[in-house]
Amino acid sequence: MALKGLDIFKLTPKKNCKDCGCPTCMAFSMKVAQGALSIDKCPHMSPEALATLAAATEPPMKTISIGEHKLGGETVMLRHEKTFVNKNLFALDLCAGMDDAAIDAKLAEADKVDYERIGERMRVECVYVSVKPEHGAERGAAVVKKAAATGRDVILHCCDAALAGDILKAAAADVKVLAGANADNWEAMNALATEHNLVLGVCCKDLSDAHDTIEKLEAAGNKNLIINICAESIKDAFSFTVQIRRAALKDGDRTFGYPTIVNVARLAPEDYTMQAALASLFTVRYGSVIVLGRMTYAEALPLFGLRQNIFTDPQKPMKVEPGIYPLNGADENSVVAVTVDFALTYFIVSGEIERSGVPTNLIITDAGGYSVLTAWAAGKFSAGSIAKFFEENDIASKIKSRTLILPGKVAVLKGELENKLPDWKIVVGPNEAIQLVRFLKDYK
Amino acid sequence: MPFVSKPRKFNASINETVLGVGDKAVTLGGLNTLPLHFFDAPAKNPPAVGIEITDVDADLSAFPELAAFYEGAKTPAERAKKAAAAEGAQFVCLRFEGADPGGLNRSAAECAAIAKEVAEAIDLPLVISGCKNVEKDAEIFAACAEATSGKNVLFLSAREENYKTVGASTALAYGQKVGAESAVDINLAKQLNVVMTQLGIAPGSIVMNVGSAAAGYGFEYVASTLDRVKAAALEQNDNMLQMPIMTPVSAETWGVKESIMPEQDMPEWGSQEERAVAMETVTASACLASGSDAVILRHPKSVKTIAAMIAALL
Ligand code: B12
Ligand code: SF4
Repeated sequence: MALKGLDIFKLTPKKNCKDCGCPTCMAFSMKVAQGALSIDKCPHMSPEALATLAAATEPPMKTISIGEHKLGGETVMLRHEKTFVNKNLFALDLCAGMDDAAIDAKLAEADKVDYERIGERMRVECVYVSVKPEHGAERGAAVVKKAAATGRDVILHCCDAALAGDILKAAAADVKVLAGANADNWEAMNALATEHNLVLGVCCKDLSDAHDTIEKLEAAGNKNLIINICAESIKDAFSFTVQIRRAALKDGDRTFGYPTIVNVARLAPEDYTMQAALASLFTVRYGSVIVLGRMTYAEALPLFGLRQNIFTDPQKPMKVEPGIYPLNGADENSVVAVTVDFALTYFIVSGEIERSGVPTNLIITDAGGYSVLTAWAAGKFSAGSIAKFFEENDIASKIKSRTLILPGKVAVLKGELENKLPDWKIVVGPNEAIQLVRFLKDYK
Repeated sequence: MPFVSKPRKFNASINETVLGVGDKAVTLGGLNTLPLHFFDAPAKNPPAVGIEITDVDADLSAFPELAAFYEGAKTPAERAKKAAAAEGAQFVCLRFEGADPGGLNRSAAECAAIAKEVAEAIDLPLVISGCKNVEKDAEIFAACAEATSGKNVLFLSAREENYKTVGASTALAYGQKVGAESAVDINLAKQLNVVMTQLGIAPGSIVMNVGSAAAGYGFEYVASTLDRVKAAALEQNDNMLQMPIMTPVSAETWGVKESIMPEQDMPEWGSQEERAVAMETVTASACLASGSDAVILRHPKSVKTIAAMIAALL
């Protein structure tokens, strides 16, 4: 929460000595509130006042690093109010009680999903390893190492501090988050996390208890935390996750200003369809690490697509430059396909053409950065606009091929385009870019 | 400082709109909290889940579970009966794919006969959706509204181009419910509600479809439109945006690559049916989280899952 000028003024020495370059302490305070000056420009502030100010100007939600990834740091509850900044991560759920064959199978299954979409690598980023006393430290460390060997960030979930200590002795370098601090063990867990420089996960079975534990940890100097939603029911898990974010961003409660872990595998064991539904819910509403029992293409395609959408910045238009994009080594004799300059469309279409391996000249027209149908409905992707683009860019002399493939969704443009570009053979392509692979191969 | 929960409910609420008649009638809307925030205040009516069938006998061979579910059901009425028995389904949506002038081009009279049969075959509320051709939809909706008169059917949807004919021939003439469909923009959504109410349609007879997309395909605009509509309805008490929202999820998700790529063309992607189910389930969940008061799904497994998720959040 930003401090108002008046609040800052109350903290100044009120000497009006002008050392800060301002005529009065009040003028100085107003400038600081606007962000035009920093508080250290006044040499006379008391240490207590500085501490108060530092606390008050801290962002409402901390940014926590897990390996290469950043979590939290959000400032708004809804993306249109500004933007969401750090996308949630997905994690695979493992338990040290599973046998090796089962663990290997889970990891191998997750390894199969690794692809690129719009310049982003899509694969499950973390592994969540639960270890209980009956599994023992040796087993725990072995599973942690197996998980880390896949190149993913490991979250170790263990509520027994002695056991966690033994696992970390053997495998600290393979762990990024130690989850399991609670009202009883927080001191010992805090010591371990600090010693091994790990993010500490605080169990939240109850909002008040978790709040108390975080206050204690912060008082002990640890602000490298994440809140592990350990609710038993789906209802409580959702309630806690929303209330924690709301308390931090809306009510200025910085104790809850941390990212969260939500384990949907635990909320719906073995029911992968329900897990996908819950993972979607928590992607849209405030889960920071979402733990699933598996990540096959069935879950990955919609969930990674959803995450990519939700975490795009609404303030930035997603556009690519209009022009001719020769793909797969296309030359002047290669077929031509046309589409719009919306980045999402361009990346999907160019990706599929590349997959087909068929040399193709992809022409991107200036369509205001809209999708095919949106641009068509807005009059920015029409027979007229395509013909005009061909003329202005002198496509006819740059390309010898006279075959032009239209997106299937704008098949209606065919007739008019034939009139406007009489030398060209206009071919209606499929509706979905993925069908271009077969289409281009067959066409050739 | 101990943590004190601060429930957040609003003085405004979403309109309640009843679909269907009798014991199985469903009330949409009524919420005075943010979507699915039932921990802030108990839900008056939880969001509803509908199951979609089409008038044409589609080839389901790529989807063995779906094919088994509809096994032996040849006519729309037979399919409707099976659909209505799906676990978690609270209403049935009959989509007139066959009315498309570019396809089977079924006449309004034929559609009306099908609608009547379907309405009589089930006791769940019925939603009728068109073929997306504005002129043709206006024609078939008029005929179907008459044929199903007294059943309190919802027609999806009236759009900017045809709201007058659709509104007049469904809500005004036969007291049916009507959907107001706009393209992912809060101002367009509001504008359409304004002109439809000016036409004399009661706000309580209007359900909105503010636009939809599959997850990954411009869904951020859908999410933000839903977010903004709910904020305007609840925080600003904007009564021209307080109509409950129904999102036809399946109509979008079953057309994208995740659902249409056969397994033999993409062996690494695995079962096509699982992908199609996950796509509609994930999209539906995201729609409900952002503000839909009802969703329409195609696969009984998706219907069951989403209904169970809503129940678990109550
Ligand atoms: C997000 C969205 C918007 C966003 C814009 C986002 C953007 N940058 O485009 C906003 C909110 C701004 C918007 C505005 C409008 N929209 Co809009 N919008 C959508 C929405 C929900 C998703 C579009 C999307 O992102 N699709 C994903 C991209 C990747 O799809 P795509 O470009 O079509 O590409 C796919 C295929 O076409 C194919 N493909 C692409 N290129 C090529 C090339 C070849 C050769 C081939 C073979 C295939 C191929 O591959 C891709 C993936 O498979 C759709 C509804 C929907 N579910 O589609 C409506 C929709 C497109 N919008 C629509 C309308 C009417 C509008 C407006 C005109 C509304 C208005 N009256 O103001 C405005 C127009 C803009 C303006 N203000 O002037 C209508 C169009 C109706 C129609 N059929 O004509 C739709 C269909 C919604 C609806 N059902 O009414 N919209
Ligand atoms: S330097 Fe500090 S005390 Fe002096 S006028 Fe500026 S704010 Fe006031």
